[in-house]
Amino acid sequence: MSTLKDETLAIRSADDIVVVRQVVRAWAIELRFSLVDQTKIVTAASELARNTLDYGGGGTVRLAALLEGSRRGLRLVFEDKGPGIPDLALAMKDGYTTGGGLGLGLGGAKRLSSEFSIDSRLGEGTRVAITRWI
Amino acid sequence: MERIPILKMGDHLLVTIQVDMHDRLATTLQDDLTERIVSTHARAVLIDISALEVVDSFIGRTLGNIAAMSRILDAQTVVVGMRPAVAITLVELGLALKGVRTALNVEKGMEVLRASLAETANGAWESDDARKGTDVHAEG
Repeated sequence: MSTLKDETLAIRSADDIVVVRQVVRAWAIELRFSLVDQTKIVTAASELARNTLDYGGGGTVRLAALLEGSRRGLRLVFEDKGPGIPDLALAMKDGYTTGGGLGLGLGGAKRLSSEFSIDSRLGEGTRVAITRWI
Repeated sequence: MERIPILKMGDHLLVTIQVDMHDRLATTLQDDLTERIVSTHARAVLIDISALEVVDSFIGRTLGNIAAMSRILDAQTVVVGMRPAVAITLVELGLALKGVRTALNVEKGMEVLRASLAETANGAWESDDARKGTDVHAEG
């Protein structure tokens, strides 16, 4: 698997969520994702960027355009140094939220991605990685 | 502050979202619309989202809130023009927009609102029994 390019964006304000959506969209178009695939990865990015901001107190997202054999992929890694998630299984459940949201962010982002992984340490932060392959 | 314009046409309020909505803009629209419904005595709200390339859970929740608040203020809401890719993504995300009435385009949306307002007006003259079973606008 080779990385065609990568870039890191800061997520510090609600405006940065919009920037993340726009950059992810541009990369998905560059990778020749279909409109539905573009919309899915952009929506997942929007959910995870908001989580990074609201629950992690801000952080970063690293984008990587991937090539593996004949398939192309877009990987997004969201990282924050927030309080961490005490119960990952519970956090993944639809409808569960400790904020004011709908509790669809993590589960929804997982459903919209080909690969999903989450790693969270109490007091250290949370890292969520998604990849959409086409 | 950046705002989404709300147009008044008779007792209808029309909103066309033409920008990539950040969270604050969505919340402002929600507040502005509820205020305008009360100040203009509007009975119907039409929201055109045909320019929106992404509807995430925050925007989805805002649309749901607007529909619910309008209903409490005795106004009907219809959301029109959702792109197919957005619809596919929303369902996969787990957001079926329950409680938000939708229509394919502005024209169909206006029809839905007209029919719904006419039914409300007629309903006032009918007995409850006569209306039972004919209410096609159940939530969902």
